[in-house]
Amino acid sequence: MSIRALCTGLAVLLAVTLPMAAQAHRVWLLPSATVLSGNDPWVTVDAAISNDLFFFEHHALQLDGLVATGPDGEPIAIENPATGRYRSTFDLHLTQPGTYRIAARGDSLFASYELAGERHRWRGTAEALAREIPAGAEKLRVSRSQRRVETFVTAGAPTDTALAVTGQGLELRPVTHPNDLFAGETAAFVLLLDGVPAAGLEVEVIPGGIRYRDRLDAMALRTDAEGRVRITWPGPGMYWLSASVEDDRAGLPQVDRRRAGYAVTLEVLPQ
Amino acid sequence: MRMTGPMAGATALLATTLLPGGGAAAADLAVTIEIPRLDVAEYHKPYLAVWLESSSASAEFPLAVWYDLHMENEEGEKWLKDLRQWWRHIGRGLDMPVDGISGATRPPGSHDLHFDDRQALEDLPPGEYMLVVEAAREVGGREILRLPLTWPPVAPSEARVAGSHEIGAVRMAAKP
Repeated sequence: MSIRALCTGLAVLLAVTLPMAAQAHRVWLLPSATVLSGNDPWVTVDAAISNDLFFFEHHALQLDGLVATGPDGEPIAIENPATGRYRSTFDLHLTQPGTYRIAARGDSLFASYELAGERHRWRGTAEALAREIPAGAEKLRVSRSQRRVETFVTAGAPTDTALAVTGQGLELRPVTHPNDLFAGETAAFVLLLDGVPAAGLEVEVIPGGIRYRDRLDAMALRTDAEGRVRITWPGPGMYWLSASVEDDRAGLPQVDRRRAGYAVTLEVLPQ
Repeated sequence: MRMTGPMAGATALLATTLLPGGGAAAADLAVTIEIPRLDVAEYHKPYLAVWLESSSASAEFPLAVWYDLHMENEEGEKWLKDLRQWWRHIGRGLDMPVDGISGATRPPGSHDLHFDDRQALEDLPPGEYMLVVEAAREVGGREILRLPLTWPPVAPSEARVAGSHEIGAVRMAAKP
């Protein structure tokens, strides 16, 4: 639990407001349902950063990077957003039949440098980097942090338009539809880094309900040469799949390191 | 150490009903706890508590609790309740930190603890106990182990129990 000792002050602030809280604690979206029927379906979603899945017990996830995409591929309205002490919450009115993607995205730069012998830290966007780092800065180091935290919900029959990837950072391209998951069956997903299948990537899958068991019961998986990971669901419930990459392909001038994280909440239904 | 509530009362009751004791000085309890090295993506040293519970489970006697006790605003205390049974039986009645009991979290490896009846165990009434070791790890799992102990020991004795995921072996040696 040493991270707790480190997580004072700035670090906690970073975890709350920044991408890449993935290193410490778990970031997640939890929909009230993922499979919906009827002619006027809604979902409500909790968004939090916590240790135990899916209990909101540590920090609310800020909603500024949130985008919900409808079955036609267009963004839809976030209804009733609110941020409390331990969670944010919002509603989505599912007015079209098909699959919706809900994604909390973050993309930030972190810089450290020395100015007149003093050490400074900075966080901001790529646009602000050149403007805000003083000209006399020495030993400048900049890293990029990309995060994507998702979940999917479907009204009626599953569709694929909202599943389209962006080609930036770490993403998931479903082989099995993410709202067609059942206990005992095997699902497959491809992990993409900058749109390219990420081979040999470690993927962790953890069932929700951690508070009420002594073992984490995490599945430690790895993508194959085609970037594909296969998961046989041991039982029904909400699961949290996560992966992260650190490399030097930041894709921006002056930026030497990049960390990309991905997490998705998936619901597995009983047979 | 400050004990409050029914626990303090239970301890006092036990003391009065199970006496006589004391007298024989320097009875000693040695406990070795192994914290396993785990191959996980995000590792934090576990919170860990050691205590004695009387065989009737009506009294508990705290021996040690390791947690993040140097965090600003006592933020580390937020997770003490993850030591679920310790919290229920002992922790929630204590005002942390407790001198001689609270300590920092420890890394994987073998850790030796010593208690004797001149200090930590001076108020422990004679009787049948369980030594309890409970560990809980941030973003990890939890485990609890128990070993029987007769106090004060009449002859040297040793006992061992092996954990399966969060705690390695726990060895206990008592001598009069």
